[in-house]
Amino acid sequence: MADARHIDARQVVRTPPVSESSVGLLRELVSHLRQARTELREQWAQRMTEANLLTAMTKEEIFAEATAVYDNYVDVLETGAVEALQAYARNLSERIIPRGVETHEVVGIVLLLRDVLARSLFTKYQLDLDKLNRILDAYEPAANRIAITVAVSFVQERERVIREQQEAIRELSTPVLPVRERLLILPIIGMVDPLRARQLTEQLLRGIRNNRARVVVMDITGVPAMDATVANHLVQTVEAARLLGAVVIVTGLSPELAQTLVNIGVDLSKMNTVGDLQGGIEEAERQLGYRVVPVEETAAQQA
Amino acid sequence: MQVPVLKQRDYLIASIQAALTDADLLQLRDALVEQVGRFRSRGVIVDVTALDVMDSFAARTLRDLAHMIRLRGAETVIVGIQPEVSFAMVQLGLTLEGVATALDLEEGLAFLDKRLNVRRRP
Repeated sequence: MADARHIDARQVVRTPPVSESSVGLLRELVSHLRQARTELREQWAQRMTEANLLTAMTKEEIFAEATAVYDNYVDVLETGAVEALQAYARNLSERIIPRGVETHEVVGIVLLLRDVLARSLFTKYQLDLDKLNRILDAYEPAANRIAITVAVSFVQERERVIREQQEAIRELSTPVLPVRERLLILPIIGMVDPLRARQLTEQLLRGIRNNRARVVVMDITGVPAMDATVANHLVQTVEAARLLGAVVIVTGLSPELAQTLVNIGVDLSKMNTVGDLQGGIEEAERQLGYRVVPVEETAAQQA
Repeated sequence: MQVPVLKQRDYLIASIQAALTDADLLQLRDALVEQVGRFRSRGVIVDVTALDVMDSFAARTLRDLAHMIRLRGAETVIVGIQPEVSFAMVQLGLTLEGVATALDLEEGLAFLDKRLNVRRRP
């Protein structure tokens, strides 16, 4: 009882009469939307089909999602709390993004629902223009907020997926592999853009420190071409590795790449190059003091 | 802040603990070049692990230090350059050419041992 009185007092003191009635109007609106649920949902689904939205989904799926969205929508109108809708929109996005649903479709269906509901309000209050106006005053900001919430959730989810994929691709694209104590191999395959070059440098330098590497074989057999900027970056990486006390042996330079490097005027005394990966590993082993001999030869030596 | 210089057998070890002013760097250079003769050291290790910035003056001073010590008959190795620092240095063109570098103190000692043993052979 005390609580109810407290709330009453607050409303009297703080909320202007318009707002007070807007709470009541919103309540009336929600109960209307709940009553007309089946009919409005049908209308909405039909307009979605007419507008050719969500073609990637079956009719049953659209109907199931439409029901859930509708109920969520009305809940938000009633409570004003968007958290549940946000979570639902994220979850929905997660499910429909892999199936190729586009941003314009998601925004489109939410706006359609907004329109369908607005139309039903027009129909219901057409005789009382004043009331219609006040109902719309209460409805529009809430509806817009819902549309924004859903669109933002969808885009955020999409961006999250893209970010994750980019990260995964980047990590996969520059593996730093320890082959022996103090020996790393860095195979580079595919085009290298400045962003990837920077990533590569970071991973290599960190790999050198973490593995205490003394020699690194950087194999660029799989790199078709490089522009001067990236080639320069590569040379800088080799020098930076030297400052950490590691020697970089570059292998598999294609004729085109050799030309690029000569054209940008690389100081060849700083570049350690060997023809192919095999030769590079052999050279690295030599520098580290390893000697790999066939088993028979070892046996013969011991005998 | 003065950099402490430790004498360890044939080697001098200078471990930089905090960012140094230009004057500190010059002082370190002079101290090492002087002490390398006094202690008849054969190798010098400068540990820069604690530095997260290396400007052109520091890089040039370290290079000069290494060259001067070479003229005094000993080897210098710079150890502990951080990966981020190393790449920043290269981008600024501070590549410490002609100066030996190693990952950390341990590697630096191994490098000097190897280098000097090789030399000792007839």
